[in-house]
Amino acid sequence: MTILTDPPKESFRLSMLLNDTRYRSLTFQVIAAIALAFSILYLANNLARNLADQGLSISFAFLGAPAGYDINQRLIEYTSQSTNLRAAFVGILNTLLVAFLACVTATIFGVLAGVLRLSKNWLVAKIMAFYVEIFRNIPVLIWIIIIFTIMTAVLPGPRAFRGDDATASMFLGVSAFTNRGIYIPGPYFTRGFGAAELGAVWDWVLVLGLLVASFFGARAVNARATRIQEATGIRPATLTTNLAIWFGPLIVVALALGLTFEIPELKGFNFKGGIKVGGPLIAIWFALSIYTGAFIAENVRAGILAVSKGQTEAAAALGIRPGRIMSLVILPQALRVIIPPLISNYLNITKNSSLAILVGYADVTATLGGITLNQTGRAIECVLLLMLFYLVISLLISGIINIYNNSVKLKER
Amino acid sequence: MSDTHSQSVAFVRTEDVPPAPPPANATGPVKWIKDNLFATPANSVLTVIALLVIYMVLSGTLPWVFNGIWDSPSLAVCREMLNGESGACFAVLTERWNQLLFGFKYPSDLYWRPALAFALLFVAAAPVLFFDLPRKILIFTGLYPFIAYYLIWGGSIFTPLLALAGFVAGGYVYQRFVKGSFAVGFFGAIAAAVLVWTIGGFIIPSSEITEGAMQSVQSRDLGGFMLNMMLGVTCVSLSLPIGIALALGRQSSMPIIKYICVVFIEFIRGVPLITLLFVASVMLSYFFPPEATVDLFLRVVIMITIFSAAYIAEVVRGGLAALPKGQYEAADSLGLDYTQAMRLIILPQALKISIPGIVNVSVGLFKDTTLVSVISMFDMVGMIRGPILASTEWNGVYWELFAFAALLFFIVCYGISQYSQWLERRLATDHK
Repeated sequence: MTILTDPPKESFRLSMLLNDTRYRSLTFQVIAAIALAFSILYLANNLARNLADQGLSISFAFLGAPAGYDINQRLIEYTSQSTNLRAAFVGILNTLLVAFLACVTATIFGVLAGVLRLSKNWLVAKIMAFYVEIFRNIPVLIWIIIIFTIMTAVLPGPRAFRGDDATASMFLGVSAFTNRGIYIPGPYFTRGFGAAELGAVWDWVLVLGLLVASFFGARAVNARATRIQEATGIRPATLTTNLAIWFGPLIVVALALGLTFEIPELKGFNFKGGIKVGGPLIAIWFALSIYTGAFIAENVRAGILAVSKGQTEAAAALGIRPGRIMSLVILPQALRVIIPPLISNYLNITKNSSLAILVGYADVTATLGGITLNQTGRAIECVLLLMLFYLVISLLISGIINIYNNSVKLKER
Repeated sequence: MSDTHSQSVAFVRTEDVPPAPPPANATGPVKWIKDNLFATPANSVLTVIALLVIYMVLSGTLPWVFNGIWDSPSLAVCREMLNGESGACFAVLTERWNQLLFGFKYPSDLYWRPALAFALLFVAAAPVLFFDLPRKILIFTGLYPFIAYYLIWGGSIFTPLLALAGFVAGGYVYQRFVKGSFAVGFFGAIAAAVLVWTIGGFIIPSSEITEGAMQSVQSRDLGGFMLNMMLGVTCVSLSLPIGIALALGRQSSMPIIKYICVVFIEFIRGVPLITLLFVASVMLSYFFPPEATVDLFLRVVIMITIFSAAYIAEVVRGGLAALPKGQYEAADSLGLDYTQAMRLIILPQALKISIPGIVNVSVGLFKDTTLVSVISMFDMVGMIRGPILASTEWNGVYWELFAFAALLFFIVCYGISQYSQWLERRLATDHK
């Protein structure tokens, strides 16, 4: 009979720090922490010495000083007398604007190309494959420059629209594509709450409120239709009711407030009136859209292919019509695969919008990291703030991805 | 024979009826066209639209390309030769060929050196990319970085030789001690290399720098597509080991190491590359000792490397997470320690899974090397936007240059992605 005994208790020896798995991880972590602390100290020391040598210091006081430069593209009030901080905010808003616009259009391009690449039509599928490969394999920087060149070097100047021998004409008579930007008709209200700036804002708030109300109204109608369908098996027609809910109030309000469009006109050397979309904005917006659209197309295609064919066949065996197979069976499962990379593509758009500096679009990289940095010489502060802004955006977006992933995770029991 | 007789004889077929040809619209190109292009009315409309689009694109570009002028000293002369017809001035490519490839400051009598380095790159990369080649070429791959450095920058031959000697010493120490413990081998190797470099720095006097020296070229004189290639190749090869180490660190059970890696990766992935390039151009020099002068090229390499290392780390982490837990447990039950388990069991499988992701990151990185033109380095895009378009001869010639740049990048990136698909098929060991 054998007796199991505990292994003999060893006394602690120094070599156990490296050879005994109980202590080894602790040793490594202590070494890593010390190494990290030392390298940070070393870098901080170098920084302090360098700053002392050049007589500089870290200070964020420059943010309160007047910026002293103009920004063409701005969403909020800004003059060259405004502070650097306000210039940075103008830049942040511009970044968010172009990122938002590009996300919307990139999704449209991507979904179209992704679905068409799976088309049974050989020619269309090949064209879409061509589009995807071309745009994925050429740097976005080159696309931005190409589209910017089209905007500035190919489109006619406002001068070409003038006179009897005009070489260019307005598109459908209402929009002008010039090398200074694209001019489109701008809506405004003739009988609004007031001609003042503030009155116009209230008009748009009303329109927005109506849209939100219509959204909830349409949802209520659909929910009622679903209830009836579940009770009786017959779904009442909701299309006309929905259309009425969406467009009825809008049309009434538009008529009541006297909605008209201001058409851009050639006055002097330039177009006046309407809405002007600047060339740099178009360049960065369109380039990011088609470039990222190619990536989204691949995600969409992968997502649709990821749904196994058995699902389609099972749905068909249950007698579901092809259109509803797509919307009820394939898409809900494909979206689970499509949406996380889609959101990370949105993140890429936001980060790539920093290339706007190349074409002179005043995003946050161009204002805070460009002109402000060069004028004040506060390189460290500016770059740190710039990184902080992008970091916050990225963490927000990856937080959204995590929440979404948790909500659609397969509930395994 | 009479008619009646013939009717009374039973008919017996002795041979098969020859197969009738299928109907014309159920075979061959006609059927293919019917099925793939005109299956339904909507499909037919799509086909017609697609054909129209193709026609419009081709009718615009083909005459432009085939009418192209390849020999002319300036845009004005070229326009004159075209005489109002549509046509490209490819002459800008032939005239500025060397500038596009090597930048405008690289000494023109030395162009053979980077060209030779580029050609040797294929020899060095071949055994890494294709396993069937003799393993002995790998020795050349190991020597290549030093040869390429010497060819491109020139200067004293002792600099690359000393660097090489350090690596050889480190490799020897590693081979010697790795059997006992990986940590001893690894850190011993680093110590040995540093020792050799320090001693070598004393022995080789800097005054004798002319011996065995080729004409030296400054980093700031590099440019053109060469700069893109150099940044791409260097940063991808450096970021692979760093990325793998970061991924292992992030999967580690040691909290301090794990959080160092998590914070590093998330920080780098959260900011655009352009801000990191700003760091390289305006901020990084504050963090070096005041007496050190680190040139811009090296600073950019550092920043791009840590940028792509963070992305590669995430890809490799995905590969590590995708391995079944049984693999880790099997390695443990065989009695392998951590480094053995990682080297022999886990990483080979995890890296195989991550190949598509790693290639994606590499292609993305290669495309992103064009961003250095923003911090006024004259890479290919920088050359086009700067010196070439600003010159009086070629001011206004856009499409030929952009098309050329796009074509070069497309060839490289598409080639890499095709290679990765081949590699995936090649490494597939599962049953299909």
